[in-house]
Amino acid sequence: MMIIPRKETRILVQGITGKQGTFWTERMQEYGATVVAGVNPKKAGTEHCGVPVHASAVDAQKDTGFDATLLFIPPLGVKAAALDAIEAGAKMILCLTEHVPVHDVMYVMAAAKEAGTQVVGPNTAGGVTVGETFMGFMPAFNERIFKKGTVGVLSRSGSLGTLLCQNIVSAGYGQTAFVGIGGDPVIGTTTRNALEALDTFPGTEAVVMVGEIGGTMEEDAAEYVKTMSKPVIAFIAGGAAPPGKKMGHAGAIVMGDKGTYASKKSALEAAGVNVLSTPVHVGDALKEVLG
Amino acid sequence: MNFEEYAAKPLLAASGIKVPLSVLAYDPDAAADAAGKLGGCVVKAQVPTGKRGKAGGIKLADTAEEAKAHAAAILGMTIGTHTVEKVLVEEKSDIRHEYYAAVLNDPVTKGPMVMFSTEGGMDIEEIAAETPEKLNKHAVDIRKGFSVGDAEALIAGLDLAGAEAGVAETLAKLYDAYMVNDAELLEINPLIVTGSGDVVALDCKFTLDDSAIKRQEELATKGTPDKLTELEARGESAGIKYIELDGDVCVLANGAGLTMTTMDVVRHHGGKPANFCEIGGEAYTKAKFALEMVLAKPGIKSLVVNFCGAFARCDVMMEGLLGAWEELKPDIPVFFSIAGTGDEEAIRMLKEKLGMDPLPDMSAACKAAVDAAQKNSLGGA
Repeated sequence: MMIIPRKETRILVQGITGKQGTFWTERMQEYGATVVAGVNPKKAGTEHCGVPVHASAVDAQKDTGFDATLLFIPPLGVKAAALDAIEAGAKMILCLTEHVPVHDVMYVMAAAKEAGTQVVGPNTAGGVTVGETFMGFMPAFNERIFKKGTVGVLSRSGSLGTLLCQNIVSAGYGQTAFVGIGGDPVIGTTTRNALEALDTFPGTEAVVMVGEIGGTMEEDAAEYVKTMSKPVIAFIAGGAAPPGKKMGHAGAIVMGDKGTYASKKSALEAAGVNVLSTPVHVGDALKEVLG
Repeated sequence: MNFEEYAAKPLLAASGIKVPLSVLAYDPDAAADAAGKLGGCVVKAQVPTGKRGKAGGIKLADTAEEAKAHAAAILGMTIGTHTVEKVLVEEKSDIRHEYYAAVLNDPVTKGPMVMFSTEGGMDIEEIAAETPEKLNKHAVDIRKGFSVGDAEALIAGLDLAGAEAGVAETLAKLYDAYMVNDAELLEINPLIVTGSGDVVALDCKFTLDDSAIKRQEELATKGTPDKLTELEARGESAGIKYIELDGDVCVLANGAGLTMTTMDVVRHHGGKPANFCEIGGEAYTKAKFALEMVLAKPGIKSLVVNFCGAFARCDVMMEGLLGAWEELKPDIPVFFSIAGTGDEEAIRMLKEKLGMDPLPDMSAACKAAVDAAQKNSLGGA
């Protein structure tokens, strides 16, 4: 199960020739990511950002070979692009796109599960393996936000995850890896999956979990935390959000009152997690457990 | 996007599920006319929320006069936060049994979930909490679909008083309707069996997946848009998520998680957020418009701007903001926290244009904004 890419992970970029695809591929390359090829059916046979452009992920696998793929694809194109990547044998698909129809996401999840492909996202800002590689639109190259260290970070929100990372660095610590799991109701890699990946990632001594109201992923992850020997610190966004606004997700219906801020906080605290009142307290919390 | 009963039921009918005859009425006279044609009927408030019966929004009528009186009482009634503007006048059904049926997007199995219970007419939350063993579920592989055979397996062993075949067929049709209409949730509660053995959908709840609206444009015109304030509507038409709240500390940030957190931290320091306004994702170039929106709310005392650049670049957001500054001239104190992609450039621009520095972190910025709002209130009193 690939959730955290490594330096040697060969990355394909589907939608590499677009404005965002180009900008972020260049940033990834500068950082040291192994970008091996891109996909754009209309520009197959050309070169972009110094790598070959193929008509499909299947072609890219045949001609160049890749391990993980990054999708810079508009919402209604995601299903076809992801199925192409699954057919090509991708180990991991990282989908940045927001507003992908949920039925399309579920179709991709079913196919990915069968093929053994790990999906991260949709609606994530991506992931950073500090000092090695990154995928997506994360400011991996900003040294006030990402610095090699011993803290693993996971987040549903890109901007909030970035903020926590900045606070970790300004408190004198650094990260092993950042996993952005995405803010959609149905996502491929859950809080628990990311927690497991960070827990077993070499060099991680503590994990910072950034959650938010809605769904039951934090509650489910709390079960895993009980089995961990490493300390876990959490911040859950949305404690001050007005009730009834965007809380009525279908998935939450059968779960009764799980999914509220109070439910997440108490489930995590029962598992021994330090739940922060503001993100800037993360430094003090790390000092308590890491010294 | 939620659909009211009158707009949801035709979707079931289009997939071959039986629904009672009904007429939509906007005034008591129209309700009386409809009742005259239908005979014994039910007058039902049409609002995009549950618990209509408990609120007195559903009444039986035997005559046209009764239907008219019920419609007069129900129209104008408030249910939840909604004012009733129309009623559905529906032929009375001969109810022998009431069941529950639904299909929804399940985040745990990451696929569609078909659910059935013999405990119809109740809230699904109550069924799930009180008698979870009476809720039969089937996790669907969306690539394979949900057949009548799957439905038969789902209800196997239940005593449905001879209506087993009809219920199984209805469940398969319900799944079809869920697929065709890009549903987040499609629910029939109650699904009834009549005296003559027909399986009929007596009510229907449908939520369209908001992310699918762009390929369901015609369908979306029949839904009920969220009730928005004037400012919220302005934000929506500009592609900015703006929610009006009752406090006085304005919040402007990028990304849903960061914006929610900024509100949390304002509250943590004893302040009350005036709004949720986020310019993340593709809206990050709209900082100028966002500032205009945030400042338009009356009674505001201070503003905290919290940028943490990932995809959204701080310098681009700052450029938009500063472009609007001259024109809007905010007359409330403003406090910045800036980090992430493009932060150095944004901080330089802020210094150059306004002679201001950001606060050292978001907590300090929120605290300063809360303190300023409190001082501002005292001064103004």
